[in-house]
Amino acid sequence: MNLLNAVVQGILLGGLYALVAAGLSLIFGVMRLVNIAHGDLIVLAGYVALVAVWATGLHPLLTLIVVVPIMAVLGYALQRGVLNRTLGADILPPLLVTFGLSVIIQNGLLQTFTADSQKLQAGAIETVSLALPGGLAVGVLPLAMFVVAVLIIAGLQLVFYRTELGRAFRATSDDPSTARLMGIDNAHMFALAMALALAVCAVAGVFLAIRSIFDPAIGPARLLFAFEAVIIGGLGSLWGTLAGGIILGVAQGIGAEINPGWQLLMGHLVFLAVLVLRPQGLFPKGSLA
Amino acid sequence: MIAALPTYRVERGTTASRIGTILGVVLLALLIALPFLTGRATLRLAIEIFAYLTLAQMWNLLAGYAGLVSVGQQAFVGFGGYMLFALVLFLGLNPLLALPVAGVLTAAVAVPTAFVVFRLRGAYFAIGTWVVAEVYRLSFAQVSALGGGSGMSLPAAAVRGIAADAQLRESIIYWVALAVALLALATVYLLLRSRWGLALTAIRDSEPAAESVGVDNDRTKLVVYLVVAAVTGVTGALIFLQKLRIAPDAAFSVNDWTAFVIFMTVIGGIGRIEGPIVGTLVFFVLRALFADYGAWYLMLLGLVAVAVMLVAPKGLWGYVADRFALQLFPVQRRVRLLEEPRA
Repeated sequence: MNLLNAVVQGILLGGLYALVAAGLSLIFGVMRLVNIAHGDLIVLAGYVALVAVWATGLHPLLTLIVVVPIMAVLGYALQRGVLNRTLGADILPPLLVTFGLSVIIQNGLLQTFTADSQKLQAGAIETVSLALPGGLAVGVLPLAMFVVAVLIIAGLQLVFYRTELGRAFRATSDDPSTARLMGIDNAHMFALAMALALAVCAVAGVFLAIRSIFDPAIGPARLLFAFEAVIIGGLGSLWGTLAGGIILGVAQGIGAEINPGWQLLMGHLVFLAVLVLRPQGLFPKGSLA
Repeated sequence: MIAALPTYRVERGTTASRIGTILGVVLLALLIALPFLTGRATLRLAIEIFAYLTLAQMWNLLAGYAGLVSVGQQAFVGFGGYMLFALVLFLGLNPLLALPVAGVLTAAVAVPTAFVVFRLRGAYFAIGTWVVAEVYRLSFAQVSALGGGSGMSLPAAAVRGIAADAQLRESIIYWVALAVALLALATVYLLLRSRWGLALTAIRDSEPAAESVGVDNDRTKLVVYLVVAAVTGVTGALIFLQKLRIAPDAAFSVNDWTAFVIFMTVIGGIGRIEGPIVGTLVFFVLRALFADYGAWYLMLLGLVAVAVMLVAPKGLWGYVADRFALQLFPVQRRVRLLEEPRA
């Protein structure tokens, strides 16, 4: 019964991992950029929400109204001002610049907010739960967050394959020079992709900050989970990423059930097992509609 | 009619490299004599500098030449450190003797590690190595015989096995650190001058082109990865021999053993032997000046690294070397015409 409970909780948490991973996957898909600072930007979104709560007394979920646009603008500026200059055939510059960015964000947060753990308090709704058959109880808030995460991933899928913006993203991704010939402004496209990715991250960051405590040093762990979800699911498929996130969440849940020290280890081991046995991921591009 | 070939000579040494050799010999003599000239505080700092110099040299070989951008070198630093403690504790080995053994064991564990991470390419390889390092950290935290999550100290009896006198002990560790740093430098230098070096330089410049002229890219990369793991493992063992204490978070710290090392290499100049040396010196100067500012200092370090990458991607040494055609460690071959070809 505990195990079943761990699986259910793992699925709900996995939805949030998938949301974080969707941002990472989007950026890589459009501009072949692996953003090492991705996790730190998510933590930053949590702190922006924290400041918004302190300043206005808003409910943490309502702070999304400000946090999402702030992160999107930051993403646009970051891409146009810094990251676009690192793109090219060599993978080293983007990797090193985002690595430097990660250290800058972590220490900036440390300097501003100290190393103390923080948490966004969502109030009474945090303790409301639904009773499921079999004695299981599911928190309403985690369930709602999971549903929102799935809806956002579905929305991203729609944007990518059904809109003009998505077509421009895909064109730039497939062949940047031809896309430019067709009148697409690549620098602007990349910046829009980063803005969209960080908007998604903002939601993930606020949700994660409500679910569990966070501190300035937790970003890299978020990055690794997102990365693992992408690889487990298979590159180039957002639904695969969702599946990957859920598998990772469930693995961690079961690991924690065995021994608290095994929570993270179990997730990593499942990732490594997928890498060895099925390096293309469980649901690579094309296997899911 | 046969076109007359120009007479030519293949040169490797440069004037700078010859002057550098003389200065290097003088500097080496000074460094060997250092324990007789200064106190323990300076020696401790020097040991740390040598350790970072070695780590940076190794990361440069990996990322700058073999194109393997690892963000998980802390895996080998920590593993080497833990192997030292395990060898001393369980086999009663003398710590100095345990250093090379720790290196061999680290190379051995790098084989299955490579099997997993080599499935990933480019930036994914980078994050994959980080995950593996996390697995190492979390696994060692579960080993209660090695102190579990809170770590352990090296037994005092084993420490006295190096030398009974603290001053002498520090001096011995210093000489070993100097020797390891020189060995690492020599390894990189000789490797780059050998046929492996030609292959590596070809891989650095273009992987498909290297493959097309008969370089076995995967094999070359694997050899470099294992050599780097061994030397990094020895350095890790040395670092924690000096600290006398080890714990999972310190042993497998991404900031201490990879971020700083990457910053040093990038600031100095990636893909050249001189780069890590310059970068390490700059790093320690910055640290001496600003370390009191804590997190601000680390932000500054990140900013400098980002700025160098954007403005002068070849690093400080790359900038100087290109401007003045300097090369202290001649690994290139130059063709010099002795006589104009006759028409």
